[in-house]
Amino acid sequence: MNNFKLHFTVPGDDFTRAGEASGSVKKTLKDLGFNPEIIRKVVIALYEAEINLVIHAGGGEIDVEISPESISMVLTDQGPGIPDVALAMKEGYSTAPDNVRSLGFGAGMGLPNIKKYTDEMKIDSTVGVGTTMYLKVITS
Amino acid sequence: MKVYEIKEILGAEVICGEDLMDREVFAACGSDMMSDVLAYVKEQAVLLSGLVNPQVVRTAEMMDMHCIVFVRGKQPDQNIIDLAKDRDIVLMTTKQPMFTACGMLYEKGLRGGAMI
Repeated sequence: MNNFKLHFTVPGDDFTRAGEASGSVKKTLKDLGFNPEIIRKVVIALYEAEINLVIHAGGGEIDVEISPESISMVLTDQGPGIPDVALAMKEGYSTAPDNVRSLGFGAGMGLPNIKKYTDEMKIDSTVGVGTTMYLKVITS
Repeated sequence: MKVYEIKEILGAEVICGEDLMDREVFAACGSDMMSDVLAYVKEQAVLLSGLVNPQVVRTAEMMDMHCIVFVRGKQPDQNIIDLAKDRDIVLMTTKQPMFTACGMLYEKGLRGGAMI
């Protein structure tokens, strides 16, 4: 299998469309014959990260690179940035507004979930500039 | 437990996926918080929720869940129904409240996932 690259632009103003990119990645991984457990890890982490782009950052870009050994994901946004990444990683810590909670998210589980389901996770964030999140799931 | 048994136990109305009622679910999860569903559900489960928006279907899609039951008689709009149809997910609605609906399924042998 050659390496496979996918790119998605996530609109920031339409919560109903959040998850389209993750659903598309899921379909691609399934078509490529990846193990269901690996697919599950990738799509849960990516879906949470995609929701974060919509909730917190006004949208962004997702790049996915699929190889037989790993699935790498880079999520980039020009949102407000994360002032304290360590604090944001704590289960239960959330800055999401109440309207987001009424949609079923914003319980402070997003980043911990992403960490739980990925083998590598790195966040580069500058307040007022934006955030880039690097995720990797190893397949073997 | 088969999906059609869930319908019978809860006296639920099937909104879409009538042709998919023969599929099996191994556990149940009752939650309005999709992040919790994403964090803790492991088995191929049925999702019971009082939350009605497209992200409930998306969450089920990511978790390979075959069936969603909306509690308290909640009805999804056409966008949600179309999304579920496209993903081969059965949607049902029951007039039972969340706690009662979960209890009725538990009583018939369906269990939640493993303890944390």
